[in-house]
Order: sequence, then structure tokens, then C-alpha cells
Amino acid sequence: MRLELAGIQFSYGSGDILRDVGFKVEDGEILSLVGPNGSGKTTILKCINRILKPKRGKVLLEGKNIDTMKLRDLARTFGYIPQSSPVSFPLTVFDMVLLGRKPYIRWKTGKRDYEAVFKIIELMGLDEMAFRAFDELSGGEKQRALVARAFAQEPRVLLFDEPISNLDLRYQLEILDIVSGMVRGAGLSAVMAMHDLNLASRFSDKIVMLKKGEIFAAGRCQDVINADNIREVYGIEVAVYVDSGKPQVVPVACVREGKNIEKVCS
Amino acid sequence: MHSIRLEERYARLSARKILLVICSLAVLVALIPVAASVGAASLPIVDVFRAIAARIFPFLNLGINQSADTIVWDLRLPRIAMAIIAGGGLALSGTVIQGVMRNPLASPFTLGISAAAGFGAALAIIFGVGVSGSGESLLISNAFIFALLATFVVFSLAKLRRMTPEALILAGIAVMYLFSALTSSLQYIGTTEQVNSVVFWLLGSLAASTWKNVLFVTFIFFVSLPVLIKYSWDLNAMAAGDETAIALGTNTKRARLICLMTATLITASVVCFNGVIGFICLVSPHIARMIVGSDHRFLLPISCIGGAILLLISDTLARIAFQPSEIPIGIMTAFIGVPFFVYLILTRRRGYFL
Repeated sequence: MRLELAGIQFSYGSGDILRDVGFKVEDGEILSLVGPNGSGKTTILKCINRILKPKRGKVLLEGKNIDTMKLRDLARTFGYIPQSSPVSFPLTVFDMVLLGRKPYIRWKTGKRDYEAVFKIIELMGLDEMAFRAFDELSGGEKQRALVARAFAQEPRVLLFDEPISNLDLRYQLEILDIVSGMVRGAGLSAVMAMHDLNLASRFSDKIVMLKKGEIFAAGRCQDVINADNIREVYGIEVAVYVDSGKPQVVPVACVREGKNIEKVCS
Repeated sequence: MHSIRLEERYARLSARKILLVICSLAVLVALIPVAASVGAASLPIVDVFRAIAARIFPFLNLGINQSADTIVWDLRLPRIAMAIIAGGGLALSGTVIQGVMRNPLASPFTLGISAAAGFGAALAIIFGVGVSGSGESLLISNAFIFALLATFVVFSLAKLRRMTPEALILAGIAVMYLFSALTSSLQYIGTTEQVNSVVFWLLGSLAASTWKNVLFVTFIFFVSLPVLIKYSWDLNAMAAGDETAIALGTNTKRARLICLMTATLITASVVCFNGVIGFICLVSPHIARMIVGSDHRFLLPISCIGGAILLLISDTLARIAFQPSEIPIGIMTAFIGVPFFVYLILTRRRGYFL
């Protein structure tokens, strides 16, 4: 589904968190939001599905403003994974995934809801732990369960906030493979907040690089991921190589006040 | 096919949970004649059944034993009915409040409800002033109105901070301490006799139960129940965090407000007739959660039935343990509930019983 943001401005009272943020994602595309901590990645995701309400600007779905949509319809459109979730009263993995059906449930869960959940649990390889409590799972399993919940929403757009942070290398690739498979296979679109520039570059069609709540650079990976941009935004010197058409970043040194004062690798 | 196995396992698990609901209901029903047969004048269970049947099926001409009829219908059954509905109601509102606050230590009392009800009661006992009526009805209406008033204050304060669980708990504790202090200052002024009856009221008792009171509490309970059941999915969603809940289509502010208002109404209706019966609303949800897990679709009914059983057993023991005097119900529920609670904590495997 085509998603477009235009002129998004957000603040928690004093000082803007986001200024004039706008981009487009087409069907079957993955867009990654990258940038240092506090640059506004999470806030953008939350503005898209109305967890936060932007002060100014529009979010358009197929050209239609989402302001007019009900919360329930938004939940049927956007599959969301937060950066962290509290586990004070943990559900079982099964019930957690079933919770993804909530936007479709009026009073009672129906046959269709269960069938969707059975299918997704199998797809995500969660059968073995389906009836264990969510808080007993390992980090990778938890993340898979959350992805499963987001898929259970039968979304048209995925909004994933750092879906692979805290995961080991294998799980990182696994989750991103599943996501990109779903996006390309089912013609969804995805917006992900990412810390790992290399994986963002490998799995995304577009990258938006943020600096202090503003878009610093946006476009195809090879146009955004380069040494100049990264120096400006992250304050580090990097070497950038191209591997099968995708730029890959190797950090070299920190930049302070324009000078390299510390070599990471010499 | 994998999914067949998964489907089967889920069906079996759900069947077990439903069976548990039915069994615990059966236990509750079975306890009624037992509770009705014991007391100051002990009645054989057969006589209890006969007295109950005689009124329900008058056409059977079982012959009315006047004294058994009076004991069962006028003295014991109203009190038993009150224990069931009050226990169920308190457990229900405790479960909802813990769920909405995402806090295992929250209860209607954390919202200041009981402290405010206590102040209302003390006002009626010591100064004889209050909302409406006189004597007993003044006390009841005072306790009820002040309980609602406290919640209103808590909500208004928390609303300034976007109704987050943290804001609600802090506002609740502030209100609780304010009303406790007010009650204490009233006790300071009152005579010994008045102070005694305030203390007695604060400890709770089901002794004054009448059918009329039972009817009122039952009415509020059954008006509230469907609302809370309707919100059980929202409660599950809110347990996963507000952001997730919103992303799943829950209007968290509204859901929180409606759930808390409903829970407050139930608690206020129970507390105003019976005094402060603590503990049940705190511990019954935990017991239920250890048994069926945190899915509110099952948690609400199990907690409710568990609370009813716990209060019925406690009240019955409170009546008969040290005859002819009675132990206040607030004390008894803790004596009965704590060992059971500790047993569950110690024996529970990681995860749930089912």
C-alpha cells in the first residue's frame, strides 16, 4: 500500500522532535529510518499509526488522509512492533499472536481468527513454544512472536521499531528475511527503524537518514549511505565498500570538532 | 500437518480452562448448603435443603418448619448470597484494576476507594452528617458517595498527566492518605463508643446482610460484568503496553477510564454495605492468574468465582470459629487466603498450572 508522509512536525510541548519530515513508500518496498539515538526514528513510526499525533503534516494512505480513519481500521492497516514491551502479566505466545487479531474481534474470536493464528505460528516456527509464557522466551523467540503478532493483524503496512536490536546474527538475518519475504510476496510496504546500517542497506529499497528530527538524506541506499553523510550525521569516519550493489560500512574513527582524535582500527 | 497438532493442543487447553470454570462454579454452589447448615444453631443439611426447596417449589407441599425457614432464608442465605456476590465483585474489580494499571500491587484500595468510604462512614457514625437518610442508610449512602467521590478526584488528578498508570497510582495514594488522615482526625474527636464502631466498620462484616442489600450489589455486579467482559481483549492489549494497545486499536484512555469506573462502582457498592474487606481484591486475581494465566477472557471469571469461594469460606469460618462472637471478615480472609496464596507461590512451576 502506498504510504506518504508530508511535512510532519511533532513536539512534546517545547522544542520540535520532528521538523518537516516527508517521504513515500510504494507497494512491495522496504524503507529504513536510520540515524543516531534521539534523531526521531521511533517518533516518526508512532506518528504514522497515530500512537502520537503530529502537530502539523499529513500521513496519506493511497492518497487518503489517515486522520479520517478509525483506530480499529488503522490497526487493520498497520502492523506495529514497539521497541520494547512490558511483561508484567505475560500471555502465552499463542494468546500473544491471537492478540494481533484484536482489530477484527468484536465480542468473540472466530474460526477465521484461529486459522490465521495457526498459520502464522507455523510460518514463524513458534509451534514448540506456542503455549509457553511470553516472558520465558529468549530474545530471538520473543521478537519472532512479536513479528507473528504484527502479521496476525493482516496489515498492509509494517511499522517495525528496531526489530533486530538485541538479536544475535542468525536471528537478525532470519527476521529480516521473513519481513522482506512478506513485503515482496504479499505486496506490503514496510517502514523500519534500524541501527545497523549494513543490514539496513542490504534489506531496504530506500533509506531515510535522520539528524536531530530532520531528514538529512533520503533515497536509494547507494545515494544515502556514504562517508560524507555518515560523518555529518553520526560524527564518525567510515570506509564504505560496495558489496553486490549495496554499500557496506566499516567504522574507522570518531570525529570530534572536525578532527580524527581516535582510531578505531589502525 | 503441524497445524493440526497445534489446533488440537489449543482446543484441549481451552477445554481444560472451561472445565475449570464449571468445576469451580460447582464447588461454589456445593458450599452454599454447607455454609447454611453451620452456625450458632446447627441445622442438618437435609433440613437446609428442605427449607430451600419448600420456598422454591411451594407446590410440593413439603411442609414449612418455621424455625428452619427463618434461619435459612432470613439469616443465613442473605449473608451467604452477600459473601458470594461481594467476593466475586471485589475479585473482579481487583483483577481489572491490576490489569489496567499493569501493576500486581494495585487494588481498589490503591485508588483510595476504601479510605474514602471509611471516611464517609466515620462521618456518619461520629457526626451523623452526610448525604441522605439517617442511621444505617446515612452510613451506607455516605460510604458509597465518598468512594465514588475519591475516584473522581483521582481521575481528575491523573487526567492532568494523561491518565497513565503511574499518574493514577500516585494520585490514588495521595487521596488514600488524605482520607485516612481525615478519618483518624474524626476518631480523635469521637467518643470511645463511636471510635469502636468506626474500627468495627473498617474491619468489615457481612453480619448486617439483607436481601435488599444483596439485590442492590447483585444488580450493579451484573450491569458491570458484560462491560468488563467486553473489554477483556483491551485489557490483554494494555498488558502489552499502551503503544501496542493503541496499535491494536484500543483507545487506551477511554478503556482505562471505563474499566476503572466500572471497577470502582462494584467496589463502592460492596464496601458501603459490608465495610472494608481488603485482601480479596488483591490476592484473588493473583491466585487466578497462577491457575489460568493472564488471558482476561478466562482470568475474569476464574478470579470472580475464586473470590466468591474465598469470601464465603472466610465468612462461614468467621461465624463459627469463636462462637458466639464473630471474627471480623477482614481478618479472616487474610488468615484463609494467605496460606493458600503462599502455597501457590511455593509450589507453582514456572508458568501455569494449566
